Parts: sequence; structure tokens; C-alpha cells
Amino acid sequence: MTTLTLAKALNEGLRAAMDADSKVLVMGEDVGKLGGVFRVTDGLQKDFGEDRVIDTPLAESGIIGTAIGLALRGYRPVCEIQFDGFVFPAADQIITQLAKMPLRSLGKLKLPVVVRIPCGGGIGAVEHHSESPETYFTHTAGLRVVACSNPVDAYTMIQDAVRCDDPVVFFEPKRRYWDKADVEFGAPGLPLDRARVAREGDDVTLVAYGPMVKTCLEAAAAAEEDGRSVGVIDLRSLNPLDMPVVRDAVNRTGRCVVVHEAPVFNGLGGEIAARVTEQCFYRLEAPVLRVGGFSTPYPPSRLEDHYLPDLDRILEAVDRVFGY
Amino acid sequence: MTAPTTPPELVQLLTPEGERVEHPDYDIDLTAEEIRSLYRDLVLVRRVDLEAVALQRQGELGLWASLLGQEAAQVGSGRAMTDADMAFPTYREHGVAWCRGVDPLHLLGLFRGVNHGGWDPIEHNFHLYTIVIGSQTLHAVGYAMGIQRDGAEAASLVYFGDGATSQGDVNEAFIWASVFNAPVVFFCQNNQWAISEPLEKQSKIPLYKRASGFGFPGIRVDGNDVFACLAVTRAALRNAREGNGPTLVEAFTYRMGAHTTSDDPTRYRVADELEAWKLKDPIERVKAYLFRNQLADQEFFDKIEAEADQLGRDLRARCLALADPQPGAMFDHVYAEPHALVDEEREQFTTYMSGFEGAQ
Repeated sequence: MTTLTLAKALNEGLRAAMDADSKVLVMGEDVGKLGGVFRVTDGLQKDFGEDRVIDTPLAESGIIGTAIGLALRGYRPVCEIQFDGFVFPAADQIITQLAKMPLRSLGKLKLPVVVRIPCGGGIGAVEHHSESPETYFTHTAGLRVVACSNPVDAYTMIQDAVRCDDPVVFFEPKRRYWDKADVEFGAPGLPLDRARVAREGDDVTLVAYGPMVKTCLEAAAAAEEDGRSVGVIDLRSLNPLDMPVVRDAVNRTGRCVVVHEAPVFNGLGGEIAARVTEQCFYRLEAPVLRVGGFSTPYPPSRLEDHYLPDLDRILEAVDRVFGY
Repeated sequence: MTAPTTPPELVQLLTPEGERVEHPDYDIDLTAEEIRSLYRDLVLVRRVDLEAVALQRQGELGLWASLLGQEAAQVGSGRAMTDADMAFPTYREHGVAWCRGVDPLHLLGLFRGVNHGGWDPIEHNFHLYTIVIGSQTLHAVGYAMGIQRDGAEAASLVYFGDGATSQGDVNEAFIWASVFNAPVVFFCQNNQWAISEPLEKQSKIPLYKRASGFGFPGIRVDGNDVFACLAVTRAALRNAREGNGPTLVEAFTYRMGAHTTSDDPTRYRVADELEAWKLKDPIERVKAYLFRNQLADQEFFDKIEAEADQLGRDLRARCLALADPQPGAMFDHVYAEPHALVDEEREQFTTYMSGFEGAQ
């Protein structure tokens, strides 16, 4: 066991993936000498060389487009998009090319490309550095979309994403990069497409992913003091969703609140609410509620605490779900 | 051989009248057999194209993007590749597909809507058609970076048009190729028209001159001259394989037909322009050269025509016989590994469809 931050756990996971397979490459802006602006790739270029850890020109579409070409040649590129709000110049290559090429080739081509995206707010950043663009990608068939929430998962999930023969969009909760946990090197994790019961609960189920898992766990601990047993599910995989885990939990509690930083409208919470309603209809005591960002662009950082779901907003929703 | 009849900035080895000319930097030594073979390629790919246009007009294809007029650019560059080189086409490279051994039926399958491209890109070293303009240039550069890392003796050859040069991806590809010294040749078929927009809407300078700003050589070749296209592309590919980085080749040609079968070029260009380019036809000049130098007789030309007719008939019959895919096929290959959502929807769809079995 070693105590690692989430960023360091990703670093160790990448290192293990590169050790295991010489075809694994890391590419992106500032990922080499600097080790990435969050230091997730720190030291990798020194150990694996400039051919495998590539400082790219400053162009996101170019990063993904050339990664596709490298994958066609048998490589497994792990691309870093420096910040969530910078992914859109690459959206065409991700959505139109990367996601669809395996099907277009009738399965003859595989595109094992990982697109790492630090996501979410809470770090006092300037605009375009705090967004949650996951739904743009969960809506695209052909992509797998995952989000890690803690160092233990970060370590195994990044390795599983690299091993996966499908393109994976990998969201990293940037405000949790410095959270620490004990990580066991070499230990396998849950399969990449599985959700995790982060906390058992009997009265209500919170469903979250990425940065909101920790917030939900804090809310659950606070609710316990009020005598409510609140469970938390960490989705981990956003496409596909691991609905059996969600369904089992909600069938037990009869109440469900979905929490994410992304805007509620047309967010992943809507999809989960619909599926929970379809699959748990006779067990539900209340409608599925959603807590998330507002239908505004991400606000200036002095307002972000009001925009982001926090413990109080989650507990307020928990109160409401008991009001039916 | 005579002196060049065109400005020196345009590499030409065979005039529209079928005369061999010299160029100080490029030459090509072809046997009579090789020239006859190029002629055959040109005629056959034009025949495939004509048959496809007819099939579309008869409702058998949803759409077709004709290569008419661009046969020399495609056959010349297509025949410049070695088996180890990798081609990245747009959606109009039927002539390159032919050179890479792709059955034209697969091209028809795409435009008929049977699939999105049924050939094996790895088997033929000919990537899938790319519809969105310019995206494939980055794929070609990435592939070339892979070639570098493999230490292989190969290069990427990527096709795009004059309109594509305005795309961000193409410009990013130029930058990437330059700074990584990637073994890639950018083959721009400047056919003068991006649907209805003339070249002036894309560039204020000749396209090949763009390369110098990115730090690699650019060259303009007579795109209707199969010898020149072959010579220039062959040299550029060799240069790339030898580690000397990318080249931009601008093949100066003309789209004789519509952009696609959905287009009506009479709305935006004058008939005189088409007539002028007809005089520069890429096939006629090779035929004239073969005749003039007694490298082929009438029997040869008749044989090629007969082969073309047979190819057209055969292609038509096989196109009409293309079966629609099974409805459930749309769920196949969305992911390489099992995916719970697609599996669930496939099962629901299958159950739904089975409800119609035995119904009147």
C-alpha cells in the first residue's frame, strides 16, 4: 500500500500501462518536460523518451486526429486535453472520426485511444477551466465515457482504459487531484463499465460520479446524524451505465437523487431518472430528483460555490424526496 | 522531346497533345508495357465512374461523387505507392482505390447505403473514405508518426481537395508533419471547384506555395498528366521514406462533372470553362502518345474498351445483386468489446422485430 494523490495514482497507472505495452503512447500539450499542468504525466518522458511521451503542437484537433492515425498503425495513444473547456476544437475528431471508425470499417479497425480530460470546477479558475462536458460524449455512440472519483479507482481505471480496444473518454475530477488514499500497486479494480456502491444506505440513494462522489459521501454522513440512511453510488462508467447496480439500490430505498456538476437540463441525471423510473416504477416512493449546475454558462469563480452542488443543496434535495 | 509548353511552375511531362516534354527536376522512365498499363487504369476507372453515375441516375445509388477529369491525378499518384505505403482518401478517390486493389463494388456499396465502406483498410493499405472535409490529413500524419516509430520504410499519402486547404485540420496536419518531420505526402487535387466555390474563395496564392510557410516543399503538377503525377508523387514518397519529411503536391486538374450527382454546376460555372478543360483530357493525351510512338495499335485500344464494357456490365450486375444488410446489423461493431447499452437495445429490437414474423 502506498498513499497517493489522485494525480499521482493516475501517473502510476499510466506508468504501469506503458511498462506493460510498448505501444502505449502519451501525447498532449505540455505532457513531456513539464509533466502536464497538473503533473499527471510527471517524469514519464524522462523514463520513456520523447517518442513515447510526445509534447504536441498546441492544437486539440491535431492531438486527437494524429492519435487516430497512430492507433491505425497499432499504437495505443493516451491523449491529454489540458482543460475541459478546450476539448471542443477536438470534438469533430472525437465524435465524427474516433467514435465511428470501428463501425464504419465493419469492425476491421480498432481505435484504442484514451482521451483524458480534467473536468469540473471548484478550483477558482478562469472561464473555460471548470466545465463538465461529459454529456456531449455520452450522447455519442462508439465512445465509452468514464469518470474516476478517487485515487484507488484512478489507478486501475486508467490502466483498464488503456487496455480497452474501444475509444475511452476519461474524465478526471480536477479539484480531487490532490485527494489522497492508499493504493495497492498491481491490484485489479472493478471492470471499467461497473458502478461501485460507495456507501450502503436504506432510505435514499444518491447517484454521482467524478468530483460529486466525495460531496455526496459528505452529505450522506451529515444526513446520518439526522437519522437518515443515505446510500451513494459512484457510477464510474457514464456510457454504458451500470443500471443493475443503480436499480438494486433504488429498489431497496425507493428514493433516488442524481447529482452532477453539469447543468441539470439534458444532463446525465435526466437519463438516469428516466431509466430508474422505467426499472423501479413500483418501488419508487417519490420522483427521481436531480441536483446539478444551472442553465447558465459556468459563472466567474467568485460565484462558483453557488453554482456547484454542495452538501446543503444535496441535503435539501434529500429532504424534498422525503416530502412525497 | 520538346521544350515545355507550360509555365515552369507546373510540372508537366506529357502535353495535352500527347507530346513528351522535359522538366529539369522530374523525369520518368516508363516501359511501353507500363504506359499501356497506366492507360488501361485510366480507361477502366473512368468506366467505373460512368457506370456509377448511371446507376445513381437509375435510382440504384443514393449518391455518387464523380472523379471525371481527375483520373490521371489519381492513377498517377496511386501507382506511385509501394505496397507498404498507406493511402488516406476523401470520398472521390475511386481511381486510387482501383490502384490499391479495392473492388469497385465496395465503393458502390457505400453510395448505395449498404454499409459505410466494406473494404478492409489494412489489407489494401487504403483507408476508409472520409466525408468530412480534411479530417483524414491528421490521420495520415499520425499514421506516418507510427511509421517513424516502427522504423519502417513506408510513407502516408493523403488526398484532399482545394476546398479542404481552408480547414483547420489540414493546416494542423501541415504543422504536425513539419515539426515531427513525418513521412507523409499531401496530395491536393485542385479541381478548381469546392462544390460551387471557385479557388479564389479559398486562397489568394497558389496552393502549393502554402507549404513554404509550414516549412516543407510544395510543388504543382499537371494533374491531367499521369506521367508527371506519377513522377512527382514517386519522388515525394521516396523523399518521405528516406526521412526528409513531408511534401505538398498540388495536382492542377479539373472536376469535369458535378460535385456529386446531387449538384448542378450549370448554376455557377460557364460551359466554356468545361470545353477548355476537355482539350486537356487526361486519357486522350496518353492515347495520342501511345499511337504516335507506335506503342499500341488499334487492337490494343479495342481490347481495353471491351474490357471496360465488361467491367461496367459486371459491376452493374453485382451492384444490383447487393443485398440490404439485416436490420440488426446496425448494432454490430459499434464497440469492439461488449457494451451493455448496445446489447440491451439489440435485444429489444430483435424482440420487437420478431413480433412481425408470420404477420401478413
